Amino acid sequence: MITAGIDGGARTIKVLILQDGKVLAKSSSVTGFDQEASVAQAFQSALQQAGLEREQLQHTTATGIGRKVLRTASMAQSEVTEMSADAKAAVFLFPSVRTVIDVGAEEGRAIRCEPDGRVKDFAVNEKCAAGAGTFVETMARTLEIQLEEAGALSLKAEKVIPMNAQCAVFAESEVVSLIHSGAAKEEIIRAVHEAMADRISAMARRVGVEREVVLVGGVGRDIGFIQALTGKLEMELLVPEEPEYVGALGAALIAAERASSQGG
Amino acid sequence: MLANYGYKDGSGEYFIAIDTEKCNGCGACVTACPMGLFEVVADPFDPLAENQIAVVKEEHRKKLKYSCAPCKPTGERPPLPCVMSCQPTAIAHSW
Amino acid sequence: MAEATLTAPKREYWRWKEYNWRDESLDWRQANVISVGIDVGSVSSQAVVLCDGKLFAYSSLRTGSNSPTSAQKALESALQETGLPREKIQYIVATGYGRVNIPFAQKAITEIACHARGANFIYGPSVRTVLDMGGQDCKAIRCDERGKVTNFLMNDKCAAGTGRGMEVMAELLQVPIEEVGSASLSPPEEPPPVSSTCVVFAKSEALGLLRQNWSKEKVLAAFCLAMAHRTVELLSRIGVEKDFAITGGISKNVGIVKRIEAELGIQALKPTIDPQIAGALGAALFAKALYEKEGAGKASSGG
Repeated sequence: MITAGIDGGARTIKVLILQDGKVLAKSSSVTGFDQEASVAQAFQSALQQAGLEREQLQHTTATGIGRKVLRTASMAQSEVTEMSADAKAAVFLFPSVRTVIDVGAEEGRAIRCEPDGRVKDFAVNEKCAAGAGTFVETMARTLEIQLEEAGALSLKAEKVIPMNAQCAVFAESEVVSLIHSGAAKEEIIRAVHEAMADRISAMARRVGVEREVVLVGGVGRDIGFIQALTGKLEMELLVPEEPEYVGALGAALIAAERASSQGG
Repeated sequence: MLANYGYKDGSGEYFIAIDTEKCNGCGACVTACPMGLFEVVADPFDPLAENQIAVVKEEHRKKLKYSCAPCKPTGERPPLPCVMSCQPTAIAHSW
Repeated sequence: MAEATLTAPKREYWRWKEYNWRDESLDWRQANVISVGIDVGSVSSQAVVLCDGKLFAYSSLRTGSNSPTSAQKALESALQETGLPREKIQYIVATGYGRVNIPFAQKAITEIACHARGANFIYGPSVRTVLDMGGQDCKAIRCDERGKVTNFLMNDKCAAGTGRGMEVMAELLQVPIEEVGSASLSPPEEPPPVSSTCVVFAKSEALGLLRQNWSKEKVLAAFCLAMAHRTVELLSRIGVEKDFAITGGISKNVGIVKRIEAELGIQALKPTIDPQIAGALGAALFAKALYEKEGAGKASSGG
């Protein structure tokens, strides 16, 4: 059975095509102002990679913000919440996972899940840039470093300096004054990671952190954040290879379930 | 006086209100709060008065959502230790 | 790149003008109590000198990187040409963000208490609600006829609803900050408000609106409308009672003031004294009261 999952993030739209539990193709496109065009682009490229035609997909499920628009644009048969998609994919990838922490560009989520990948409980950080990937991104820009190098740089910090601002806009000024006061870039980016990890770990504790814990979402690529969060939670985190595709994978898995329950 | 400590941001409103007419400065909340949010000080909002009142520490005022998270699990929520400890019922949470 | 956007000398949109003032009709030599209040804010610092509780002199300057120096300079500027020597000052109270670092002040008092007291002086005893929208915070205060705080909240966590948030939007749209208010009132109809509270997200939203060919003015209207609405929501936590006053840098932005007034259905009082000095004025009034309470013998200027 061939199904697809489409995940609309604040920054990128991800499409993943799955055949009997095996990933055939995945592709992403920048979430543009013309969402339909972005969806079409990601879809086309994934189908091309898989060497498939649109008609060969038995079921497509949409998740992510604006999933209603996505559903129409991608002609998906159904939609699912980000929480359900995350939990499903996390348990599929790592069967021992009971807690999923998903940090994307504009939202952070913590999900407790059942052994079968159903959602037990969740907490969300949204609508405030301080609680999501945008925070690190903004600070990296202020420090004039690439987001991709932020992680490695953070690991080089020799000491942890505190960061007081709890707002991305105010934190930007704080970073500027830290630069002026002569603090090293690696210490500043470490402070940024620690501050983010404080907020994300507090959110995760609200659902109760049960082992194993997996970190997914785009911020899962940031080794500096992973290390800071590991420290705050005092436990090792599992991180999939391509953490940003976990939502799309979950949607594709759910699409497969829905297709088979409908008798194909 | 009703002192509202906390903030509102895009994600919501997070305020702890302390009614200073009711607060007797006993400090029960100081020991009850597992995160050490409270302290008892000379009333900072009425410098001509001499009474001691409980306040939320400065360093927690901008991150109450996170400081209070341990007492506010998403599932079944037990009564808040600060609110329970306050005999004169001077403490209230907005969320 | 950061040079241009961040580390370039900060344009002080709200309080860029430094000034001082004195009442030449008052003779400080006749005064029994000379008290001073100094408000060291994140953007500007004010010093107010009172002679027996009457406004004698004041100044408003930019805050530098060092609080004591900024306080010192503000006081010097207020005393300039008054002939009043420093040692004649009997009591100094510091307030504001940098209040705890002023060695020559006898006491530090929170800006909430000082603001209420100052507003009571500026607007008269009928003022019950003061909304102070500053560069980096927003305060809402209810007070009684003596200027004593009865209910308050202060939001300095989030940039939305502060001068800083407005500054970000003005920079994005490249509209001089002092023109933001009137520009936002120029579209013939109010557009729907910007939906994001968070300034970072509101910025992306504004960019999206520009791409849909909205005019800058229309985007500003949508932003000001959202900011005014958010402020009214915040005010509802403490409740608004007449008379109502708006102070702080944003009180000079008609686009915000008019929309707040419209949503509340209440007109804000028009000040006769510069409301920028409300905090320092309140501090000076407390200085006088504390001097009288503690007795002339105990208190003396730290020089």
